[in-house]
Amino acid sequence: MDGSLNMVGYGLAAIGPGVGIGLIFAAYISGVARQPEARGTLQGIAILGFALAEALAIIGIGLAFAL
Amino acid sequence: MSTQLLAAGPGFEAPGPGDFEFPPLFGEGTFFTKPMLIVVIGTIVIAAFFYAAARNPRLVPGKLQFAGESAYGLVRNSIVIDSIGTKYGKKFVPYIVTLFFFILALNISGIIPVLQFPASSKIAIPAFLAIISWIIYNWVGISRQGFVGYFKAMMFPPGVPWPIYFLLAPLELFSTFIIRPFTLALRLAMNMFAGHLVLLLCILGGEYMLTEGTGALPFLSPIGFLGGIILTFFEGFIQILQAYVFALLSALYIAGAMEAEH
Repeated sequence: MDGSLNMVGYGLAAIGPGVGIGLIFAAYISGVARQPEARGTLQGIAILGFALAEALAIIGIGLAFAL
Repeated sequence: MSTQLLAAGPGFEAPGPGDFEFPPLFGEGTFFTKPMLIVVIGTIVIAAFFYAAARNPRLVPGKLQFAGESAYGLVRNSIVIDSIGTKYGKKFVPYIVTLFFFILALNISGIIPVLQFPASSKIAIPAFLAIISWIIYNWVGISRQGFVGYFKAMMFPPGVPWPIYFLLAPLELFSTFIIRPFTLALRLAMNMFAGHLVLLLCILGGEYMLTEGTGALPFLSPIGFLGGIILTFFEGFIQILQAYVFALLSALYIAGAMEAEH
């Protein structure tokens, strides 16, 4: 099993983006619950924030295979 | 160790980046590989679908025309018009719709039998699409605000105390010109890469446990296959979501380059 230590590192590195994505969607859900008519605006912002947070995890897996 | 006993016997070869390399389809030395075949097939299928849907338009749409119109209208309304706005957004509807359905076709080929490879997990395809988006949003910014105005609005957003600009201006420049296209391409490619790898791991692991495993391993192999089936549906969802994210981010970058202050 080579490369397993890389994957352990990647698993640890994915904790941060996981927590971040959870917080982003929690805020999005409570925002829509309070003001359902703002859904269209909030959805774009939520997806943008999700994509930015997820980019960290994605860079992590790219580096886990590359290094 | 317990991991040795359960998952990785001496004979099991875990799937890795090597599974994403394909030999040429027609003989040695040619360049036409399976991902390129998927790109060609996906382009033909998408083009044929929209051509057939729009070929004979009627006031009361038939089934095919309705499917084409709702697919087009979904992307047009929920991605382009919502983020750029009706007035300036119309110009970018063709590009964003094409982008979305091209990426969707390449992604969804990962869970279609026989094809079974997401062509967008090869970094070249998302990188090329990201470069096109990069050129478009920079061109929009420069043509609408002027060269100096675009850089000024990008690097010096108003409403910040001036010492912050020493930190903010290089960061914004770096973010707009390097980070954005880089993450745009890498996000799509690595999502497809990781998803395909997980599917391979489940299916190949289940097969290995069934055929070569000893002791209790053959009885555990249904877990691997079950995981493969569940993750296939999850992958389908992720593939649609990633096409949506790529198109939405391209639209948001265009919208951001359009306004003087964001």
